[in-house]
Amino acid sequence: MAGGREIKTKIKSVQNTRKVTRALEMVSASKIRKAQDLMKASRPYARLMRQVIGHIAKANTEYQHPFMVARPEIKRVGYIVVSTDRGLCGGLNSNLFRRMIPEIRELSDRGVEIDVVAIGSKANAFFKRFKVNLVGSATHLGEKPQLNALIGVIKVMLDAYTEGRIDQLKLVYNDFVNTMTQKPTVDTLLPLPPSNGLSTTHEWDYIYEPGPEVVLDHVLTRYIESLVYQATLENLASEHAARMVAMKAASDNASKAIETLSLIYNKARQAAITQEISEIVGGAAAV
Amino acid sequence: MSTIRCDIVSAEEEIFHGSAQMIVATGEMGELGIAPRHAPLITRLKPGQVRVILENGEEQFFYVSGGILEVQPQVVTVLADTAIRAKDLDEAAANKAKEAAERALANRTDALEIAQAQAELAQALAQLQALERLRKALKH
Repeated sequence: MAGGREIKTKIKSVQNTRKVTRALEMVSASKIRKAQDLMKASRPYARLMRQVIGHIAKANTEYQHPFMVARPEIKRVGYIVVSTDRGLCGGLNSNLFRRMIPEIRELSDRGVEIDVVAIGSKANAFFKRFKVNLVGSATHLGEKPQLNALIGVIKVMLDAYTEGRIDQLKLVYNDFVNTMTQKPTVDTLLPLPPSNGLSTTHEWDYIYEPGPEVVLDHVLTRYIESLVYQATLENLASEHAARMVAMKAASDNASKAIETLSLIYNKARQAAITQEISEIVGGAAAV
Repeated sequence: MSTIRCDIVSAEEEIFHGSAQMIVATGEMGELGIAPRHAPLITRLKPGQVRVILENGEEQFFYVSGGILEVQPQVVTVLADTAIRAKDLDEAAANKAKEAAERALANRTDALEIAQAQAELAQALAQLQALERLRKALKH
């Protein structure tokens, strides 16, 4: 019975792999819901923040914040890249990086330099091998990312923008469309895209306490933070969805492999038995 | 009696939503009482209480560790900070992020065990794929 043992061992090992992939699949399935709840919970803040920004843009502000002014020449671009902390989530991260790379390449061909801030260990690992400046990183955010963990990396970029070290700031993440679809997305954070100036006829302004500079600075910083936070949550939901799908495919493949291996094993056993019998019969006939 | 709509939210959750007679908060320049039809105003909040007096005269208290208060003729919006924030703390967080990046560049054996386990699992998956291909080839 040639190879019977080996095939048996192989079946066992595939079965074990299937156990692992099944478990990962189920864990992700339950985590998607939680991640989606988090996404929903943080939406009102982003929505109201956008409203406030809209009002500010409409109001007749005598002061132009640097975040709102586009710069004529772009010498350096900052990227905030949101990735996952763990792997085994299909092509989620590689698709995201692939979406970015042509853009980065095009910019560096034009002599524009790139600064990157990495959120998640995968982006961290990827960009330290890549020819860009990694200026900040935040990893191991866990299942319930806190804004606290992101403040640092965001501040690195906002400071760079205020001091004129970068002229544009972009946010790269996976947009959670649904369980089957996650869309790699690049958004421009700074300068803030101009709002459609329909209602510039408004002849009113806020009372600012203490003053427009301070308040606007504060509001815009919080706005950017909320956008990055939202992106992190989107990416988390995407991660679980992608992992669930990838692990489901892996489990299915494992089942098929087990089936095939069992068939091969049974055939081998049958062949061995047949051979034995024919040997016995042959032997008996010879006597 | 006239009322004003009031929304209190933080980046992580919605805290309060409803109509109120008056909202009292601690602005950076001092205590603020916002009644309906207040002039448009935007201010930073100091850590402290936000008191909402509901339509039926009941009061609700919320603690905010800072944030932004925006007043529009019809609506008051409080964008609360969840984190306790100060300039020094933010600075420290920024430095930590930079350090993390530097450490990542210097230290490439970070979380080696997890990586190894993952590599093994990835290998097993690759084997599965190979088997799958083999199976297809056998069929033909």
